[in-house]
Amino acid sequence: MDIRSQIAMVFHLDKCIGCHTCSVACKNIWTDRKGAEYMWWNNVETKPGTGYPTKWEDQSIYKGGWVKNGDKLELRVAGKPTGLTKLFHNPDMPVMDDYYEPWVYDYDHLFEAPAGDDQPSARAISLVTGEPMDIKGGPNWDDDLSGTPDYGRQDVNLRNLTAEDQEAMFQLERMTMQYLPRMCNHCLNPTCVAACPSGAVYKRGEDGVVLISQDKCRGWRLCVTACPYKKTYYNWTSGKSEKCVLCYPRLESGQAPACMHSCVGRIRYLGVLLYDADKIKEFASAPEDQLIDRQLDIYLNPFDEKVIREAKKNGIADSTIEAAQKSPVYKFVKEWRIALPLHAEFRTLPSLFYVPPMLPVMGKMTDGIYESNTENLWGKIEDSRVPMQYMANLFSAGNEEKIREVMRKLMAVRYHRRQVTVNDIDDELIQHAYKSTGLTPDIADAIYRLTSLVKYDERFVIPAAHREEAIEMIESTDDRKGSSGFNENKGYKRVF
Amino acid sequence: MIDSFLLIGLPYAALFLCVIGTILRVNYYGYSVTSHSSQFLESKKLFWGSRLFHSGIVVLLIGHIVGFLIPKTIIFLTATPLWLLVIEITAFAFGILSFVGILLLIIRRVQVKRLHSVTSKMDLVVYTVIAFQILTGLTIAYFHRWGTAWYASALVPYLRSIFIFSPDTAVITTMPLMIKLHVISAFVFIGLIPFSRLIHFVAYPVRYLWRNVQLVIWNRDLKASRASREKRMGIKPKNN
Repeated sequence: MDIRSQIAMVFHLDKCIGCHTCSVACKNIWTDRKGAEYMWWNNVETKPGTGYPTKWEDQSIYKGGWVKNGDKLELRVAGKPTGLTKLFHNPDMPVMDDYYEPWVYDYDHLFEAPAGDDQPSARAISLVTGEPMDIKGGPNWDDDLSGTPDYGRQDVNLRNLTAEDQEAMFQLERMTMQYLPRMCNHCLNPTCVAACPSGAVYKRGEDGVVLISQDKCRGWRLCVTACPYKKTYYNWTSGKSEKCVLCYPRLESGQAPACMHSCVGRIRYLGVLLYDADKIKEFASAPEDQLIDRQLDIYLNPFDEKVIREAKKNGIADSTIEAAQKSPVYKFVKEWRIALPLHAEFRTLPSLFYVPPMLPVMGKMTDGIYESNTENLWGKIEDSRVPMQYMANLFSAGNEEKIREVMRKLMAVRYHRRQVTVNDIDDELIQHAYKSTGLTPDIADAIYRLTSLVKYDERFVIPAAHREEAIEMIESTDDRKGSSGFNENKGYKRVF
Repeated sequence: MIDSFLLIGLPYAALFLCVIGTILRVNYYGYSVTSHSSQFLESKKLFWGSRLFHSGIVVLLIGHIVGFLIPKTIIFLTATPLWLLVIEITAFAFGILSFVGILLLIIRRVQVKRLHSVTSKMDLVVYTVIAFQILTGLTIAYFHRWGTAWYASALVPYLRSIFIFSPDTAVITTMPLMIKLHVISAFVFIGLIPFSRLIHFVAYPVRYLWRNVQLVIWNRDLKASRASREKRMGIKPKNN
């Protein structure tokens, strides 16, 4: 057993209102620079839709993630040694047009234009060439455009839906959409790390944050291709790749990352999961229909004596173990099993989990009126507005049953709360709901509470780095010892 | 006088700059070491340019180095006309490949507007030197035939004399101008390595072949510090 700690996240999609506040918070802190204008380390997509970069989920185009070759797990793009041949030109890499060309508006012209017959206008100026340009795409270009042929119908997750189901999704009056906030998943089995020829991309041992050393990056760009979520980006000015750093300077001081802190819908949760690093390879290469279960198996019970003992032996701090016990993520993912990873079939064991949204499932109309019938307990899930297969393609590697299980639990919580507050549900139905989902009134209340009532401290349980250790994350205090403190800080060692 | 400056002074200056400059840049300005790939801004034209150029230039470079390292074997090999012919034709073909490649790359740089914003003045110098180098090489290969043989027997002794610090320019000064130009521009090229994007070939990531697939770095590696007999924590990983 090799126990490590991982900062993991849960996004509760029912609460996402698609306001992009997370994206803007991130942009203002991290990517408001030349060469990074086009990057959105955090972005919110409309589903069904093509996403950012366009069709990122289609690995036949971008060759991201792992593939199983017999018993072996291989990078889809190219591992050793073939990766080294792709450095001169990598045919699978997304280019700027797959994201969008960044621009500003020439506002100055509005004030400085010479007097004339026409009203001056602010033209779009490319931030790359500095010349006027026609805007062909932009951040959230397909925002709320799920019904359109260009975006909604091009969604890769529709591929194995029956023609009937597909049509149903795009019928006028029945159309549906949901938001999908995305960021780096800080995976346990990251493809970006495995593909980086320079060894610049690494996972931090203490908290599992995946980072790119800007000093070591040589701009070979294989991480961009290898990441199946397309969450590493190439900075076209500096010639280095960049990605979400999970606001690690904030994490170290015990604060939530900016995207999570600013979340208006309070959909985001962050906490520690303990996992067994010895099992990564085995579980990441599990058969596709078992992937979800195996991934959940890798996370360990932080209350188990043996786990605690082993964790301490591995140098995991008491505060981290305590945080793991209080972790909201552990509750959602492991205890209640209502949060699922996005596209588990990429086999990277992502640390970001989603509670799938009920609302597009429930929202069904009969004769122009929204159904609010409590008679048929599971009926609405079965003939939901969104085909379960579509949800399964997103959140459970195509396994519909997994999605149904989660939906039933979420529904049971709603019935429970209806019972508590209005008390108009048949007792037999409630009992049936508990029995078939394994929930109890207590658990249902706990889910309700964590979903809708809790404040900052319970949504984000972050073990702050110990101050004496936190400083060492920036520099080694040991190096300072015995030095004057004013020199170049090369320690006591002679350089020349 | 000018000969000894260009054929002795310049080579030493170039080699000195290359070695010292590269060490300093990689160690102290690691952030600046990158391939500066422009594929993100333009991919289709790069495919032909970059692939042709690199495959050609890599083979030629290896050929020159092999000739430099084992001249006697090469002289022996090229004594057989068939071998000589095969090597000459192969080398010439790769020369053409890399020349077409560099031409395509130059055309791409000029044509694609987006690339102008990421093209530095040093890039223009690099393009010029490389194009000149390949062009002189091709000219030599065509007009001064059987270079494989005379490179190993006549030019390698001069190059070796540079490396063992007793420069001997007796033979090379009598050689045709084109060959001298090729040698001089080769040293200019070497001198440019630490000051341009050419630095990327010292960064070619061969170590990838034997490193672990996954890379985990600890800020405080408790396992390592327990195992260590040093009183101090030791040198921190450079990734921080």
